[in-house]
Amino acid sequence: MLEVSGITQIFGGVTALEDVSFRVNRGDITGVIGPNGAGKTTLFNIITGIYTQTSGKVVFEDKDISGLPPEKLARLAMVRTFQNIELFGGMTVHENVMVGMHTKSSSGLLSCALKMPWSISEERRIRNDSMKWLEFTGITDLAEVEAANLPFGKGRLLEIARALAVEPRIILMDEPAAGLNSQETLGLAQLIKRIRDLGITIVLVEHDMELVMDICDRIVVLNLGRKLAEGTPREIQENPEVIAAYLGDDD
Amino acid sequence: MKRELLKFLAFSVFVLLLPLLFEGGYLMNVLVFVGINTMLAIALNLLLGYAGQISLGHAGFFGLGAYLSGVLTATYGWNPWQAMPVAAIVVGCMAYLIGFPVLKLKGHYLAMATLGLGIIIYIVFNETIDLTGGPSGLSGIPNLEAGGVVFDSDVKNYYLIWGITLAVILFAINLANSRVGRALRAVHDSEVAAQVVGVNARLLKVQIFALSAVISSLAGSLYAHTMTFISPASFGFNFSVELLTMVVIGGLGSVYGSFLGAALLTLLPEFLRAAQDYDIIIYGGLLVVMVMFMPGGLVRGVPDLFRRIFKSRGGAGHA
Repeated sequence: MLEVSGITQIFGGVTALEDVSFRVNRGDITGVIGPNGAGKTTLFNIITGIYTQTSGKVVFEDKDISGLPPEKLARLAMVRTFQNIELFGGMTVHENVMVGMHTKSSSGLLSCALKMPWSISEERRIRNDSMKWLEFTGITDLAEVEAANLPFGKGRLLEIARALAVEPRIILMDEPAAGLNSQETLGLAQLIKRIRDLGITIVLVEHDMELVMDICDRIVVLNLGRKLAEGTPREIQENPEVIAAYLGDDD
Repeated sequence: MKRELLKFLAFSVFVLLLPLLFEGGYLMNVLVFVGINTMLAIALNLLLGYAGQISLGHAGFFGLGAYLSGVLTATYGWNPWQAMPVAAIVVGCMAYLIGFPVLKLKGHYLAMATLGLGIIIYIVFNETIDLTGGPSGLSGIPNLEAGGVVFDSDVKNYYLIWGITLAVILFAINLANSRVGRALRAVHDSEVAAQVVGVNARLLKVQIFALSAVISSLAGSLYAHTMTFISPASFGFNFSVELLTMVVIGGLGSVYGSFLGAALLTLLPEFLRAAQDYDIIIYGGLLVVMVMFMPGGLVRGVPDLFRRIFKSRGGAGHA
């Protein structure tokens, strides 16, 4: 479904990623792990169009998406979340999710301002359909709260709800468990599995090993900008190189 | 949405009945300018308050509308009703083309670029003497006329200008509460997150810049046809700053706030005649005080103040 091949990223004189290749299978939860500075977030930024890679290419559903801007990727049904949640702080929770339906609606500037009949019915559809994602993530009761006033854990759920409103076929999450307490992390694991059950492919960067080993079907390990290993959680746990480079340091 | 509509209707009734209080008089003339400035403040607010993009050159778009309308009617004998939309379209297209490179800039750089744009337009008004009359201005601009009525008195102009201003207000409110308005606010709050969920931030910023210029141009045309005389002095850098002050004092991201800001800054000089030379200092001071103590502008700050006063009184009563 998603194929990353030969990605190299050089910032100034620093090689952040070197010839990284891997595949993500449809319907899987794929984890990308690695010590700090391994290049995980850089990789995410390249896949999701925030950066343009020095070389290599990204293919999504048989289409070369290298260098496409994020808004185009959203229309191709790829969406991401951020490590330091990026919400629209001045807007309500409900409005945040409504923005998520931007690609699922089309009224232009003038038809909105002149309240043409089709834009009125479209607005009603956006308002109603967006509630579904608040329910899915369990934040319906916060619908009218301003996003800037949300506690961090709820903000994370909102960011996921907003991403789901795009109706993606793939969602990339950058450290979804960062900043969550253990209770919230358990809830998140359940939520991610439920998202997969909707038929959405998931890729996540994560530091929480317990979470990764619990929910991921496949894992890609990065170290110092290179791919170190790739496999099932069991294979990764037993891989001597991974233990030496990464897990071993923890013990 | 029902509440928005009621608010708008109440405001419309207020605007329609206001002249009954004054029975003509000089203040009517000032109220005409409150209408024009309200349109301008809303135009700038769509850009600054909603999309979060600053412009220090909006007096330029206002002036372009005024001069295009003025020259086309006074010099070339066009009908004002034809000149106005042509001016608006020309200014809109210009802003659209300029918007692409300029709106790539952010923050101070965007402020500098739009400042430069405003100054260039101002210089053109001054220097193209054959066309604009230069610093001594352009006169003989015809009044608007509709169905045999010539809009040549303050009262007639009041209803003309405020009719159009109300339309602009409704237009802006509808836009603000739509998918496009939400996308604008999203770009303001987090451009990258807006892009990730599919908002073409760059195009949207350019579109709103162009729309803002079109409304400013329309206000400029109306200004030219009510004044019948225009000169570059009305469209300089000072007026761009005054517009910015209106928007910030009234309340960023609030359509009625723009009206409050425009009303305050248009009426204030009338009461401060004696301090006329110091007006820019007073505006500057107002801006500082507002940003420090009422960052949400009058439209949010005043109700807040009342709430606080009411609460502290209520608290004292219980104690």
